[in-house]
Amino acid sequence: MKLTNLKKIDLQSTLIYWMFAVIFFFFAILLKDDGFLQSNNLLNIFRQTATITVMAVAMTFVISAAEIDLSIGGVAGLTSVVAALMLRDHGLIQGILGGLAIGFIVGTLNGLLVSRIGIPSFLVTLGMQGVAIGFAAFITNYYPIPILNDTFNRFFGSGTIGWFPGLLFWSFVSVVIGWVVLTKTTFGRRVLATGGNRDAAEFNGINTKNVKFQVMLISSVVASIAGLLYAGRLQTGRYEWGAGDELSAIAAVILGGTSLFGGNGRIVGTFFGALLVGLINNGLILAGLPVSQQQIIRGVIIILAVALAKKK
Amino acid sequence: MSSNFNVVEMIGISKSFFGVKVLDSVNFSVSPGEIHALAGENGAGKSTLMKILQGVYTLDAGEIKIAGEKVSIHSFQDARKLGIGMVFQEFSLVPELSVAQNIFLDREHKNKFGLFDEKRTINQAKLVMEELGLDIDVTAKVSTLGRAYQQLTEIAKAIAGEAKILILDEPTASLAKEEVDALFIVLKQLTARGVSIIYISHRMDEIYRICDQITILRDGKKIAVSKLNEISAQEIIAHITGRKDVEMLSHHGVSIAQTKDPIFEAERIQVGNKVNDISFKLYPGEILGLAGLMGSGRTELVRAIFGLDKKDNGKIKIEGNEVTIKNPQDAMKNGIAFIPEDRRRQGLVMEHSVKQNILATNLSSLSHLSFLNFSKINQVVQDAITNFEVRPAEPNREVRLLSGGNQQKVVIAKWLATNPKIVLMDEPTVGVDIGTKVDIMKLVRSFADEGKAVILISSELPELLSVCDRILVIRKGEIAEELDRKEVKDEDHLQMIVQGIMK
Repeated sequence: MKLTNLKKIDLQSTLIYWMFAVIFFFFAILLKDDGFLQSNNLLNIFRQTATITVMAVAMTFVISAAEIDLSIGGVAGLTSVVAALMLRDHGLIQGILGGLAIGFIVGTLNGLLVSRIGIPSFLVTLGMQGVAIGFAAFITNYYPIPILNDTFNRFFGSGTIGWFPGLLFWSFVSVVIGWVVLTKTTFGRRVLATGGNRDAAEFNGINTKNVKFQVMLISSVVASIAGLLYAGRLQTGRYEWGAGDELSAIAAVILGGTSLFGGNGRIVGTFFGALLVGLINNGLILAGLPVSQQQIIRGVIIILAVALAKKK
Repeated sequence: MSSNFNVVEMIGISKSFFGVKVLDSVNFSVSPGEIHALAGENGAGKSTLMKILQGVYTLDAGEIKIAGEKVSIHSFQDARKLGIGMVFQEFSLVPELSVAQNIFLDREHKNKFGLFDEKRTINQAKLVMEELGLDIDVTAKVSTLGRAYQQLTEIAKAIAGEAKILILDEPTASLAKEEVDALFIVLKQLTARGVSIIYISHRMDEIYRICDQITILRDGKKIAVSKLNEISAQEIIAHITGRKDVEMLSHHGVSIAQTKDPIFEAERIQVGNKVNDISFKLYPGEILGLAGLMGSGRTELVRAIFGLDKKDNGKIKIEGNEVTIKNPQDAMKNGIAFIPEDRRRQGLVMEHSVKQNILATNLSSLSHLSFLNFSKINQVVQDAITNFEVRPAEPNREVRLLSGGNQQKVVIAKWLATNPKIVLMDEPTVGVDIGTKVDIMKLVRSFADEGKAVILISSELPELLSVCDRILVIRKGEIAEELDRKEVKDEDHLQMIVQGIMK
């Protein structure tokens, strides 16, 4: 009994790693002459997925609590713009704090609307996405704002810590913190219980409104950190940064084995999910496919992978 | 038709899941027009046997004969074609459709354009209801009907599908007394028309009232089959539990020294118009029963005490000190635990493991600076599983895979692990087999014996009589009667008081 049971569970929970390995080898063989396996390219995959990874870790908490956040891409874009403006006009610290303030403000609004007024997070954040992107475009009149502060650009983007690329550092830090919080702390348990069965969680003395507020707030603040990473890596603030990232982040979370219905969350799975999304993007670009075809293939691969990853 | 001709004949049925034998060459047969009780503890194999008959599971060994012919049933559709109908415990009706539409769901009458023929559907549905002698408006939305009428609609649906064999799983679980009577009249009528009924129930009085024969399963084996007029309730219970010394639920009383200082006081509690100015005291070691009909305000009272609903007025005192309880967190801080009536919806996260569920109520005591202490957690969970005899004893098993009785043990275990002073229990033994019921009642008593106190709501009067030291009868949101256990003669006596017929 135990053996068959264990096998079943193992296949389910390790599916993302198998998919990752299969697609990696597929590209490795197919694209070996296009430089796929070169260390520079591999590092690039990590770099490009860093922002997605960071947001997807926070999204794992949101989805585990049976909510969703569609505003993270917009928040990242607005953050990059606000940070760039503040950097230009006021200075480094103001730029960083101004960017993070966007996350706090949007997150507080999202959280209040979802937990206190009871509007579904899907609708709240869909609306908020438009507000954030629109606001970012409005205050910059659609122009990119260059960032000339080297310290900022090194810290959030292109720099290294010793020999270690900064963006990788941000990815790993977010994954480690996310994993510890979700699996080792009481907050993680409250999130999972709330997402698993809100009524029961409430009867168990868990303040589920607070939990929902907290996950929405965390998601936005983390999205604004991702916005700073965009600004640092691309050395500009622009309303378009992060556009569509919410879908990549959600795909990464679901690919990683987290249930879309809440109640279970897998941070390490999310990490590999994000890498897989980045891997697919990178492979398709190297294969020299036009953007239109990339979109089609990426869409199909994600649907297939999520269908495989879906529980029962 | 000869009398030994069987409508259903299941011979030597065996079934294993993951190498564990759930059914071991079970024989089960039903003759035409009889009501056959199928009894056994949760996990004895009743539902597996019935699911094989309905084609949900396939059998490993054995054969099934319907009306004397060997058949193989692989799906619900197969079962339906053979005239096997199931009345689900959790209803399979679509609330937003009418009674008539539900009865013919998936078998809709169509007109010549291929559209639904609403008129014919209604007329046919009326006919079915007439046949059953039921007065139900077939055009009414199912969501507007009471539970009993929903249940009867469910039966009508099976009958309209030409069911010759009807399986009912705990059909009276959520019905009031009059509703049960109405249901039983319909069942008797069906048997008169030659329909055979397989009746799964834990309630001994109902089995005696309506069934002709009983088959008892224990641990996947058929233990006994008997006509009901040839077997006593004690014998049945002995077969079900397999315990030589049948511990009938009997009252022991408070075993610690009585004190004058109450552990818990409720003063003038008011909740809307549901709970009206209720005051009472609870002493250490005491088990206080709350009796009353559905909707009398019992549940509302305990919900308000636990802070789930807002109190409009009233005070709560614990060990003489007034406390403010605005939400469940406050209640827990003050040593109150609440075992809710619906364990699936309110008690447990079904997809989470036993361990995770037990952890959910004990997060602060099992963590340090909000980091979980896993060695302590494993210890507490292991203790809970051992003390409460949760089976299977696997902390990482998802609770949805446990039987109802074991799920309830997990709910109680996780609350008693919070080390409460006062436990509120709302219908803690609904859908729980008799063996577990006895276990739970023993736990309640031993908990009280530690100098703590329990408030127990139950619709099962024998249960109240077996453990409670004092019983408050709640009627229309007020305390109608306060009874010392010794004042109550027997169940009938208490029933009369609850109904308001007698003092």
